Amino acid sequence: MPDLLIELLSEEIPARMQEFAANELKKNMLSFLADQGVSEIAATAYSTPRRLTLFMSGLPEKAPDISEERKGPRIDAPQQAVDGFLRSVDLNLDQLEVKRDGNVDKYFASIEKPGRICTKIIAEALEKTIRTFPWPKSMRWGASSLKWVRPLQGILCIFIRDDEHQLIELQIDGIHSDVRSAGHRFMAPDYFKVKDFEDYKRKLRDAYVILDHKERAEIILNDANNLAFAHGLDLIHDDALLEEVSGLVEWPVTLLGEVDNAFSDLPAEVLQASMKEHQKFFSLKNSKTGKIERFITVANIEAADNGETILKGNQKVLYARLSDAKFFWENDIRLIQKDGLDAWLGKLDDVTFHNKLGSQADKVTRVSTLTKILAKQLLCDIEDAVTSANICKCDLASEMVYEFPELQGVMGRYYALRAGYSEDVAKVCEEHYAPKGPNDPVPTASISVAVSLADKLDTLLGFWTIDEKPTSSKDPFALRRAALGVIRIILENDVELDLVEVLNAHFEHLSKFGNHPHAVSDVMNFIRDRFKIYLRDKNIRYDVVDACLAVGKVGNLKLVKKRINALANLLSSDEAEDFFQGFKRANNILAKAEQKDGVEYSFGADIKYMEVDPEKELFNALKEQHSVVEQAVFEEAFQKAILAVTDLRQPIDDFFECVQVNSENDIVRRNRLNLLGQIRATCNLVADLSKIEGQSG
Amino acid sequence: MNVAKPKSFQEIVLRLQNYWSDNGCAILQPYDMEVGAGTFHPATTLRSLGENHWAAAYVQPSRRPSDGRYGENPNRLQHYYQFQVIMKPSPEDFQELYLGSLEAIGLSMSVHDVRFVEDDWESPTLGAWGLGWEVWCDGMEVSQFTYFQQVGGHDCKPVSGELTYGLERLAMYVLGVNHVMEMPFNSPEALVPLKYGDVFLQTEQEYARWNFDAANTDILLKNFEDAEKECERILTHKELDPKTGKKIIMVHPAYDLCIKASHFFNLLDARGVISVTERQAYISRVRNLTKKCADAFVQTAAGGQKN
Repeated sequence: MPDLLIELLSEEIPARMQEFAANELKKNMLSFLADQGVSEIAATAYSTPRRLTLFMSGLPEKAPDISEERKGPRIDAPQQAVDGFLRSVDLNLDQLEVKRDGNVDKYFASIEKPGRICTKIIAEALEKTIRTFPWPKSMRWGASSLKWVRPLQGILCIFIRDDEHQLIELQIDGIHSDVRSAGHRFMAPDYFKVKDFEDYKRKLRDAYVILDHKERAEIILNDANNLAFAHGLDLIHDDALLEEVSGLVEWPVTLLGEVDNAFSDLPAEVLQASMKEHQKFFSLKNSKTGKIERFITVANIEAADNGETILKGNQKVLYARLSDAKFFWENDIRLIQKDGLDAWLGKLDDVTFHNKLGSQADKVTRVSTLTKILAKQLLCDIEDAVTSANICKCDLASEMVYEFPELQGVMGRYYALRAGYSEDVAKVCEEHYAPKGPNDPVPTASISVAVSLADKLDTLLGFWTIDEKPTSSKDPFALRRAALGVIRIILENDVELDLVEVLNAHFEHLSKFGNHPHAVSDVMNFIRDRFKIYLRDKNIRYDVVDACLAVGKVGNLKLVKKRINALANLLSSDEAEDFFQGFKRANNILAKAEQKDGVEYSFGADIKYMEVDPEKELFNALKEQHSVVEQAVFEEAFQKAILAVTDLRQPIDDFFECVQVNSENDIVRRNRLNLLGQIRATCNLVADLSKIEGQSG
Repeated sequence: MNVAKPKSFQEIVLRLQNYWSDNGCAILQPYDMEVGAGTFHPATTLRSLGENHWAAAYVQPSRRPSDGRYGENPNRLQHYYQFQVIMKPSPEDFQELYLGSLEAIGLSMSVHDVRFVEDDWESPTLGAWGLGWEVWCDGMEVSQFTYFQQVGGHDCKPVSGELTYGLERLAMYVLGVNHVMEMPFNSPEALVPLKYGDVFLQTEQEYARWNFDAANTDILLKNFEDAEKECERILTHKELDPKTGKKIIMVHPAYDLCIKASHFFNLLDARGVISVTERQAYISRVRNLTKKCADAFVQTAAGGQKN
């Protein structure tokens, strides 16, 4: 079966859009073909800085025939309507059928559409795809009205059969389809004819173009690692940078350059940020000294002088860029030496946090207040905690962070040290932003924990107070990340804290910015939802989480997590099965009766209405175990509490063996239901076990 | 192509002028006002509007008060030169033409790594945006390459292609100089060989001091407001000039005042007296002036009106 090769050659496509665009080309073409009945086609898309390429194999010569039935007007409709319908389906009246539709007779036409020639469909599909392409940003050029990401220069479109290849003709705003493609802009710019996909890839390679983005990335990574290794240095991996750089070159040539000694005093983070941001360099680190000594740049050509000129140029630019960074660094340091961090504190008034939540100065005031509360509960040094909260955002007013926003926190730490703060206080500047991602480590030093929690909780409550909540697709203020951060910091540090109390106390400090009435409970719900997702990712069952969130103080995540662990442990053991059989039976009978009678059986049973021994034994066992469980829960010994609950297994089983709950005597019946109610009450001290699914019973 | 290496800053400027002259551009002279970039020259801002075809190239001294470094930074200056090319409609081979201009100043494509890196250009004060690239040569940004989509709030039809070369940086690179002040301005073999620093070091110091610390902000503020008022006032005049009986819209004088307002704003900004929130307000005031000038320009013959 025939193949199809399409290449859209243009002026340079932004790196960040290439992969997306290649996929859209594939998706749109496949969907258009499918609309025409051509489906189950194998398709692969590729991209380079100058081209989007689509290869499809196994296409038919012709789309399958389509038969379609179309509904017309009622048979008693005016002649005009009937004539109109006949025209639209191109048939005579005697070719129509009459069928019942609902309770009226209507005309029906059966239309047989022969499948269309595939090359025609492709030409249409491609034109439509090009004209309606979903570029994030597109433009016009010259006098043309066509829109593309940058000027479109050529359309290669060939239909490939065993022994021949055919140009699929189309023309869009003066651009005619062609059987030719062109090579590398500088090293082999000439056009060449293409026969098939293999021929295309081979000729591109001969013309210094590697079609596959992934292959280019592999070459870069491999060469970069080899160069680093040869110089005894470590390549600092950066996937985003690798992805971008692979989209900037058609023929990657990796070169290694040196960082001038003049900059060895600058923090490594500054070197790395400047080299990445401005020049797309990879950094090479000396693992012994922690310093960045060299860089790797990726050129797009094999230069006549083996890259000597290119490298010299790049080093020169780096020198100028780092001189700038050094200028910022020295200005910042000079200011600190003169006025300390106070120089920046006042300026935070001018740095907006959010237009409805005030400036960074407002934010710092709130974080400080909350830090004080948290520090008391976390039993850490209150003075140190508040001091670090006060200075943790200072660097936002520094020249360096203005230039490299991604260095916020990192610079704060350097500057705080220079201003004479202790290492413990200084590192809060950096650590209070952590964790930045789901796999990023959480802070562990107690004052960092306090400030980090204060910062995140203030952010969460703040945005809920002004009613700016994340939607399913948009979370511009990274509130999900903040909530997950809160959860991980609490759990990984075993923090004893009731979030509900803390949020309630903090709410008044946000009152001048907004007053959404349910802010606290809504934030708690949001955190609980994140908590469930966090636990699900740790393979903890949803129903276990629900069962534990249904009882006790849910604002104390550490406690909830302990319950969850104990219950999850139980469920993974063999005894669980037997215990749950009895529990479910009791619970089912109880629930049914409560629904039927419209009352809750939670008064407790009375031993004087008990008729048989197993009844009394269960009663006594419950009485005994209830206080054991209660004490264990109080001590947060949930494992012990759960074991005490499961000790009820035997008396429950014996009870059901001998006793019929639904006695004829109503008093006895109700007393027994109240006894079952006591089972539920005892279990509820640990978790709402009725929420546990999937146990037989 | 093998081209002899230029020897001085001015030789590079002259070669660029010759190259674009040979490729059909009218070589204009710098605009006689303080502007932040070559784009502000009416030959670009105003001429990119309307349907009339246009092709021009020129050197434009540009001023960015807050970029002053007292002449100490190797390549940051508060006064520097841009070379500007504008062609409407953008020619099909605009990229090749541009690369030819690099060859013409001695940058051979066989040893240099030239890259077109995404850059969406936007000028909030001009109410303009376009798509294109920063052009990198061996990792250094040597030009801005833009297809104008909108100027002064008007869609550009046809689209102009615009090139901006940062002349000092480009020349330093071509000449292999590390510090701008060390760059030969004229030929080192000239009777009086001058370096860039001989011409500009002292002025960089003087302006940096004035821009950052000495300029009277009350006067600047008043100048800004006066320019704004006058710009708006003369645009409200009737088209018909009572003296000559002709239709004369005073677009260019009004636009000059808009340029002035923009420069006063830059000076105020460098003096650090404009807060973050005020900043936006000033920018939108200048944009408002540009937009009024653009609206007026498209009513004129140069702006494509037939009569």
